Amino acid sequence: MSGKNLMEKITPASGWRELTVGAAVYGEGNSVFFNTGEWRSEDPAWYADKCRHCLLCFPVCPDSSIPVVGGKRRDFDFGHCKGCGICAKVCPFGAISMSAAEKEAAK
Amino acid sequence: MSRRDRMSGNEAVATAIRQIGPDVIAAFPITPSTEIPQYISSYKSDGLIDTEFVAVESEHSAMSACIGASAAGVRAMTATSSAGMALMYELLYVAASDRLPIVMAAVNRALTGPININADHSDSMGARDSGWIQLYSENAQEAYDNMLMAHRIAEHPDVLLPLMVCQDGFITSHAVENIVIEDDELVKSFVGEYRPEKYLLNPRESLGVGPYSVSAFYMEIKRQQFEAMSKARAVVAAVSAEFSALTGREYGMLEKYRMDDADLAVLLMSSSAGTGKDAVDRLREKGVKAGLVKLRVFRPFPEDDLVEALKDVKALGIMDKSDGFSGCGGPLGAETRSALYGRADGVKTVNYVYGLGGRDARVEDFEALFEELGRLRDGESLPRCRHHGMRE
Amino acid sequence: MIEIRWHGRGGQGAKTAALLLADVAFATGMHVQGFPEYGPERMGAPITAYNRLDAKPIRVHSNIYSPDFVVVVDESLVETVDVAAGIKKNGAIIINTGKEPSKVRKIFAKFPGDIYAIDARDISQRTVGKNLPNTPLLAAVVRVCGVMSEQEFIGNMEESFKHKFAAKPEVIEGNMAAIREAWKGAVRV
Repeated sequence: MSGKNLMEKITPASGWRELTVGAAVYGEGNSVFFNTGEWRSEDPAWYADKCRHCLLCFPVCPDSSIPVVGGKRRDFDFGHCKGCGICAKVCPFGAISMSAAEKEAAK
Repeated sequence: MSRRDRMSGNEAVATAIRQIGPDVIAAFPITPSTEIPQYISSYKSDGLIDTEFVAVESEHSAMSACIGASAAGVRAMTATSSAGMALMYELLYVAASDRLPIVMAAVNRALTGPININADHSDSMGARDSGWIQLYSENAQEAYDNMLMAHRIAEHPDVLLPLMVCQDGFITSHAVENIVIEDDELVKSFVGEYRPEKYLLNPRESLGVGPYSVSAFYMEIKRQQFEAMSKARAVVAAVSAEFSALTGREYGMLEKYRMDDADLAVLLMSSSAGTGKDAVDRLREKGVKAGLVKLRVFRPFPEDDLVEALKDVKALGIMDKSDGFSGCGGPLGAETRSALYGRADGVKTVNYVYGLGGRDARVEDFEALFEELGRLRDGESLPRCRHHGMRE
Repeated sequence: MIEIRWHGRGGQGAKTAALLLADVAFATGMHVQGFPEYGPERMGAPITAYNRLDAKPIRVHSNIYSPDFVVVVDESLVETVDVAAGIKKNGAIIINTGKEPSKVRKIFAKFPGDIYAIDARDISQRTVGKNLPNTPLLAAVVRVCGVMSEQEFIGNMEESFKHKFAAKPEVIEGNMAAIREAWKGAVRV
């Protein structure tokens, strides 16, 4: 089997005939299907008023969870942010802070 | 028009490669396969091929380069022997599991200890579980013909597995013999253009090759490889039939020689098969019902064909050109007995380990071995495994 | 089938001679094998090379233990190697030597068969200007084995030299003179 959207359909329940030949991965950006945000134990908070949009934060994010549009960053992609806190460390302006995660269940 | 020629097994394989004209060859020299990349680089310098020849710094790199090239979407080939194949080891498995139809000219040489440059099958037999298809060649003609069929088998959509064409180092690789060489155009049309369905350098489709696979998927991927190897049997048969129709030279999973009414038979691979056939002829003249089966395809293992060929034999010598060090015989012995078990239990067998490190196997050695098989048939008890053609 | 065993020393070209013989016999339509026995390659070490020539396809792939003919490229070998081992009843030895015929017979006192002596070194020195005994020895071997006529052999060799020495045609004449002389030069002792 192959195809651009195939990776989305492959799950641990897929039979051997449903997997791609040689475990090849088709289509770019498949990691978007994997919600690593569920792994987060600390949440980042972004303070738009302190942010100078220097963009030191987005290239160090291991999970590409800081969207940048038109040269300005936006709020975190919480579906994929794992809460590592690297962005908070590099921010020179105190525009990002980390705190214990508020999971849906705890709210 | 085909032409009569004479050349060594290495030159025959190099000629096949020139006619096929692969896109990439990555190789590192090692005796006795060194001549193959030497010929290729001469062809390249003489403008006879436009293959990209990558002179790598090790066999590990040679197979890595082949994997990269094949994944990118082109025909990739290499040649090696013995310790060179051993240095490729990890990558042999990667090539097979990534389902890349790389073709290797393997020139069998003892895999060392004590160091030795002569023929036996310990190098490719060590790689028998790597997921590569393995074809074994009796002489220069078969090495050439197997090479012409290699890509058709490996690249078949039901297969997509790497393939090695094996021949015995020095015994055939360096012996000049008569051979029939097919016309360049005929070879090109038989082998055909390579048009992979999926490849890395396709601008219309993104693709990642060789990912990590967690336990939840790994076994299913291996099950796919099993399927491909099983289906390779039919593909080998179909490609061989097409080749036979074109050239008149017959190939199957195995070759049966004077087996119709044979009581006693030997099963073996590669160069000693011809020597064995001469022994069979001598014994037939004396009224001994001797026969020979030469296995051409070791991977996939053709167990049905073997059972069919051997089921009526009374005593069988299974001949391994590598020990395997199971303490009870070599790999051909183990797998053949496994094939016969429950399906041809009447066949008495001895597993002979012979020809290690270039030990010569003469017609007289085969005659002595058949004499022993006669005693086995007549009820004498023999060890299940023994070494033949050596000093006690 | 004719089986020939060559004895020489590493670097003397016994292997090349065996491959040349395979070439010329092939050119007459025969089935051929030409192969050396390989090991660690060391200049001066005793080596053997082999030929099988037959009208039928050749299947056997082993060394030759009962040759029809033995060729000794370097006569000093006879002191350490039993070159006559296993020669067939009607077989013969062809040896490159400058010795008197009576002395050559004495070297192989126990060998009952025919012995042919040829001073290939002397012939090559005079015709090619170097000690390259292969080519004259090959001529002697072909004549003694009787696998082809003089005319066929000379014709084939000329073709082969023209191909091999296309870039230096001046050496062709010397080589042709060497094989013409050698064809007649082997004497039975």
